[in-house]
Amino acid sequence: MALINLTVNGQKKSLDVHPETPLLWVLRDTLALTGTKYGCGVGACGACTVHLDGQAVRSCVTPIASCAGKSVTTIEGLPLDHPLQEAWTEVDVPQCGYCQPGMIMSAAALLKQKKQVTDGDINAGLSGNLCRCGTYNRVRKAIHLAARKGGGR
Amino acid sequence: MKRTGINRRDFVKIVSTAGAGLVLGFYLPPQSKGLFAEPQPASFVPNVWLRIDPSGTVTITVAKSEMGQGPHTYFPMIVAEELEADWQAIKVEQAPTHPDRYGSQSTGGSTGVRTSWEKLRLAGATAREMLISAAAAKWGVNRTTCYAEKGKIFHKPTGKALAFGELAVAAAKLPVPEKPPLKSPGNFKIVGTWVPQLTTPDRSSGRAIFAGDLKVPGMLYATLARCPVFGGKAASFAAAKAEAVPGVKKVVAIDRGIAVLADSTWAALKGREALEVKWDEGPAATLSSASLHRLFAERAKQQGAVGQKEGDCEKAFAESFNKIDALYEMPFISHSPLEPMNCLADVKAGSCEIWVGSQNPQAAQTSAANILKIPKEKVTVHLTLLGGGFGRRLVNDFVEEAVKISQAAGAPVKLFWTREDDMQHDLYRPASQHVLSGAVDKSGKLLAWKHRVVAPSITGQREPGRIIGGLDKSALNCAIDMPYAIPHLLVDYVMANTAVPIGAWRSVYASQNVFVVESFLDELAALAKKDPVAFRLEMLDKTPRMKKLVETVAEKSGWRQKLPPGHGRGVACSFCFGSYAAEIAEVSLEKGRLRVHKIDVAVDCGLAVAPNTLEAQVEGAVALALTAVLKGEITFAKGRTEQGNFDAYPILTIEEMPKVAVHIVNSHEPLGGIGEPPLPPVAPAVANALFAVTGQRVRKLPIIFP
Repeated sequence: MALINLTVNGQKKSLDVHPETPLLWVLRDTLALTGTKYGCGVGACGACTVHLDGQAVRSCVTPIASCAGKSVTTIEGLPLDHPLQEAWTEVDVPQCGYCQPGMIMSAAALLKQKKQVTDGDINAGLSGNLCRCGTYNRVRKAIHLAARKGGGR
Repeated sequence: MKRTGINRRDFVKIVSTAGAGLVLGFYLPPQSKGLFAEPQPASFVPNVWLRIDPSGTVTITVAKSEMGQGPHTYFPMIVAEELEADWQAIKVEQAPTHPDRYGSQSTGGSTGVRTSWEKLRLAGATAREMLISAAAAKWGVNRTTCYAEKGKIFHKPTGKALAFGELAVAAAKLPVPEKPPLKSPGNFKIVGTWVPQLTTPDRSSGRAIFAGDLKVPGMLYATLARCPVFGGKAASFAAAKAEAVPGVKKVVAIDRGIAVLADSTWAALKGREALEVKWDEGPAATLSSASLHRLFAERAKQQGAVGQKEGDCEKAFAESFNKIDALYEMPFISHSPLEPMNCLADVKAGSCEIWVGSQNPQAAQTSAANILKIPKEKVTVHLTLLGGGFGRRLVNDFVEEAVKISQAAGAPVKLFWTREDDMQHDLYRPASQHVLSGAVDKSGKLLAWKHRVVAPSITGQREPGRIIGGLDKSALNCAIDMPYAIPHLLVDYVMANTAVPIGAWRSVYASQNVFVVESFLDELAALAKKDPVAFRLEMLDKTPRMKKLVETVAEKSGWRQKLPPGHGRGVACSFCFGSYAAEIAEVSLEKGRLRVHKIDVAVDCGLAVAPNTLEAQVEGAVALALTAVLKGEITFAKGRTEQGNFDAYPILTIEEMPKVAVHIVNSHEPLGGIGEPPLPPVAPAVANALFAVTGQRVRKLPIIFP
């Protein structure tokens, strides 16, 4: 075990966890931030996507030791009035909802980089986020809508 | 519409809620999770589908599993419609699992809307009539001068009004009307309109709670080491190395394997990696995809049990003008919902509490009661949201595991399946082989059709006693009773059961049989030198609803219009789970890869009760079906599943998702389902479109381009 200091959703945390533990399980089991989901454990589905110092990362393959001194933002840290949340509601995107936090975090990282997004940008930014229910077309529509609402904040 | 038998105990009774308000058990903020509601005392739950609080809140009980198909929205829509409720005052709660209070709480077979429609309408109408009576009594006026609208009862002559909440206590004391009038569909204000899902805000913010998100005091995190070979068992195990992993608390054996329990998910996983188990692999250890293929091919030569016979096939083939034979093959595939199986179980002396996302919570309750040898009433099953189901969660093997582990460990446990556990211990969609012959007459009409289905039987594996004479009719769904008029027809079935565990996969056997039937029909249309749409329409006079859909989808998709060079269209249709679907796909080859551009889907499920979730279900059916068409398959070697994760078994990505255009036809016939019916035609429509581009037939899925 080792003491690891990091910031999660703006709050400083000092955690005594095994340094190899993936960030995903620290968020879910230790910090009770369960919006971030497990889907594959190998970085192949995107359900566990969070921001690490502003970059979208797969928390299931990110050892907590590599987060020391860094800032993590999870779906719970995204403001409820974020243009993506509003667009998601307006388009009524989710089906089962399990992949949606990861989708939204990937989309938020994308919109931070690019104010105007093309379909190609969305394909590139979200091709690693899998949805088994088939919400993809609504996801695409909502990201375009959020971009128009100024989603890059 | 036919009235189903509704008995008196299904009628709603409005309860005034002084001190009896049920704590909302579903949309808990994350910090209060685990605080699921206790069932109300019996005197306050007289078979309710809805409750009106004095505050005016209308709480609607949902007795189906919410896995993205929308019962948390369509249940309230139907009740609120008849009730004339204010949609803003609607709340939903998941029904407690009960052996019979709500009827079947199983969610499968695309039955959600059609089995709930009548009783939910009656529930709402009954409450509305009682509220009207209560208001009329209060005002001392004739009740025929009163009406309900947007959460209030109005007195027409004076315009005075009372809110539902103000009438709740008085209405609760009134007799329940036997036959409340139902609204005319022409007056629907909510049903049939595009209503946003009530679950969306939580599902878009990480607040939606799945079983894996819950925690109870004293809970241990569990993983289970299972024999990788189907049917195998642990012969012996050594726990020391697992127990040495920091955080591991216990190692216990159950019939399905060896469980490692720890104070975190990660420790439980590391403990399982360190665990030493010797497996008794059992008789399936030599099973492989090649051995299964040989078995199917051998069985295909046998005479089958006749599922349907019309006319005289042998004579017709002998006299036919032109005929064709074909062999079709379908692979095993997995469900792979994004949320792998998981379950939280807390077994105590004489009772048990379970939190799970299941498509069949009543069966979970029964299983747990049987395992623990306690009455069902002592098993509380809290149903959470499901992170996808697709039929996988109809079987509660993972619930049984969690109950057994909790019992053995003497602690509440949250059993976690990794993706590998989920993919390698699925109940797969069965593989199948299909031997077909078809003949056309001189005018190019389909004259004769022979189809032998060789497939494992799901019923035959789970309840072999129910198979009589070797015939599993469900395995012939859509291969028999086709919408087409074919003068000479013979469809038979050869059961080919194997050790591979199988189960229902969205649309079950229809997803295979429709691919085969609609692809082979296309082959026959080409043989007859006919347009595939025209060829089908000629045979659809006896099924006007299907005929109309094929015409509709042909028109909407621009079937007769020119396409860009290199593009092609294909058509397919089916009738299953009470509904009709006709689809046209547009595809091309892009850099040697099949690209599906668009799928037009026409559906007739009687009445589109909730068009928003209906459209989403169609999009979902397209996505799931396309993964089966374009992506991987489950294969076996040495009795084991060879794929473990999305690298080896990829699923459709956002880039590969085609445009989907949904065309709803409301025939106002009895309601059909919508979760499954749009799925089966996707694969053959795509394969037929590919033929239009390449001239090559697809007789085996998935379509893999090198």
